[in-house]
Amino acid sequence: MRWKAIRNFSQNLFEFPRTFKRSLIRHDKPVSDRARSQIMFNNFFLHILSTRIHRYSLKSTYTFGLGVMAASSFIILLVTGILLMIYYKPSVDLAYDSIKDIHYVVPGGRFIRNIHRWATNIMIVSVFLHMARVFYTAAYKRWRAFNWVLGIILLVLTLLLSFTGYLLPWDQLAYWAVTIATNIAASANEFTDALNITAYFNPGRFMKILLLGSEEIGQDALLRFYWLHCIILPLALVMVLGAHIWRVRKDGGLARPDHISDEDLKGTPKDPLSDKVFTHAPQKTYNLMCLVKGKTPIVGRGPEQTVSSWPHMMIRIVAVFMLTLALTCLYAYMIDAPLKEMANPSVPENPAKAPWYFLGLQELVSYSAFMGGMGIPGLALLGLVLIPYLDREEQEIGRWFDNKQGSRVTKNSFIYAVTVVVGMLVFTVSLGWLRNWFPQIPQLFIIFFNPGTVLVVFFVAWSFYCMVRYNSTRMAAIALFTCFLVAFVILTYFGTYHRGPNWDFYWLKSQWPVH
Amino acid sequence: MTTPQEGCACPLTNQAYKKISRRDFLGLAAMWSCVAAWILAALGLGKFPKPALLPDVSRVFKIGRPEDFPVGTVKIIEDKKVMVQRDEGGFSAISLICTHLGCIVSKTEKGFACPCHGSKFDEKGNVVGGPAPKALNWLEISQLPNGKLAVNAGKSVPVGTKLAA
Repeated sequence: MRWKAIRNFSQNLFEFPRTFKRSLIRHDKPVSDRARSQIMFNNFFLHILSTRIHRYSLKSTYTFGLGVMAASSFIILLVTGILLMIYYKPSVDLAYDSIKDIHYVVPGGRFIRNIHRWATNIMIVSVFLHMARVFYTAAYKRWRAFNWVLGIILLVLTLLLSFTGYLLPWDQLAYWAVTIATNIAASANEFTDALNITAYFNPGRFMKILLLGSEEIGQDALLRFYWLHCIILPLALVMVLGAHIWRVRKDGGLARPDHISDEDLKGTPKDPLSDKVFTHAPQKTYNLMCLVKGKTPIVGRGPEQTVSSWPHMMIRIVAVFMLTLALTCLYAYMIDAPLKEMANPSVPENPAKAPWYFLGLQELVSYSAFMGGMGIPGLALLGLVLIPYLDREEQEIGRWFDNKQGSRVTKNSFIYAVTVVVGMLVFTVSLGWLRNWFPQIPQLFIIFFNPGTVLVVFFVAWSFYCMVRYNSTRMAAIALFTCFLVAFVILTYFGTYHRGPNWDFYWLKSQWPVH
Repeated sequence: MTTPQEGCACPLTNQAYKKISRRDFLGLAAMWSCVAAWILAALGLGKFPKPALLPDVSRVFKIGRPEDFPVGTVKIIEDKKVMVQRDEGGFSAISLICTHLGCIVSKTEKGFACPCHGSKFDEKGNVVGGPAPKALNWLEISQLPNGKLAVNAGKSVPVGTKLAA
């Protein structure tokens, strides 16, 4: 009898691999629908995704995987960022040299920093495109309004992360781009100055002091930006991103049309059970595992046009992740992240350009610091947040540009916006603006009447025209959104390629004067 | 006439007086006092990042004796981002920090130009083009008891103000 414990012990020891695996993964191999659901449902990390997914959501021409791409690039940024933190020193004297060390000394450091830099670009592009996808497929409608707001918060966090990271290398480009940007944050005083109340009420200076911890960019500013870039903003982004994905799942998956034809589902995987008509009520439903909005499977029929998320969705998510990773690696292998000379507070970079995705804003800022840096972007963000609350028309969702009318309005708005923006740029570049003609003009007049605000007025007028003409708030939203998107792209292109030293116009970079 | 006190004794017949039970009232009061405490604590924490003391060096700096600046002198002090000049009217100091977004303007034949967004200023620092909202700051210049001249970069004076020699 006394050998029993020993026998048990040795038996347990031999069975350890099996029992350990059993304690780790508490379901069978994914050979049955039940086990495939359990993989998703019982796994802490996967349960933010649904156990079954509608075939329409797997259509690559519907989503283009943009949301997954944005999240993938964020994961790549997290990993490479954490690695860079090992060597980076957030000190005015050491920061620049530590970046040089990462580039030239640390094994693989150059590659990791390049990946970190280029994944930012992919994240920003995919976040913008994802937003455009959600907008043009009317996926912000019905009960999804607040998730659209969360998406806008994520867009802002993405841009802030990129901006705070820009200062860290402490090179000339970083220093002067951030000088400009923090003065934009302080540009409320352009407005208070114009009203002559700065001495009593100075929100601009308050913003600047809060951001820099000082009047000038120095050690305190570097530490604050480091703190924002490495702790506060990533933490906020992870939390909001979690809520964003969770809500997609609780809202019953991606938005999809009410009436889906077989033609729509061409090329998506199909569950053999979906054709089967059950004569008895199902013993168990997948929706009971988690109550979500939307139509539930009708009792007495097979699970309509859904397939298990494992493997159909997971394999697509992994594929998009690998594509993103491959793109960043390729980019990082070919092109080095920029690094100029060490920051020199007495000699500005000329031209001092922010990263390319801020150059549209910089173009606006070159008309008026307050309107271009705070007024118009603030207005645009407010407009974006309000879209789902001001446009509540009942309509078919989940189709690109809704229908024929939607695509026509998009196309017309595109042509209209290109004409207006290009016209305005040609006008300002060749003729100048009020200050060039009337040097004594009050600043308040320029704040409210500059090329940027004129564009906004043109866009709002067009949007209003579309609202009246088509008697639809959705068409007005499409018109306005398209205009702002086009303006953003054209201004960004213009700021990147056609602005040179002194922010003068040049056709080509090769025409810049040598200095 | 019934009073609220009587109402408490027989709650079933005096619903009108009994809008909220004592238990609910105390519970809600406790909850909202916690919320108030959290909000006040958050506001207090929010004050934490606002620097009480700015780490910057003094904005007042000496530039030398009046004799060092004969009439007609124009001297740019690069690290202080200031241009000091002397003419018949006296001494004056113009800040070289662009009033648009804080880049450093450079001296040109006709005045000053900013490299960042193309603001242009005349010799006195008045805006003649570009996005700058106002003239370059003229800074207070004073003579210390020991005879040296000092510029206060933290204090701007009206355009054209000069310290008589």
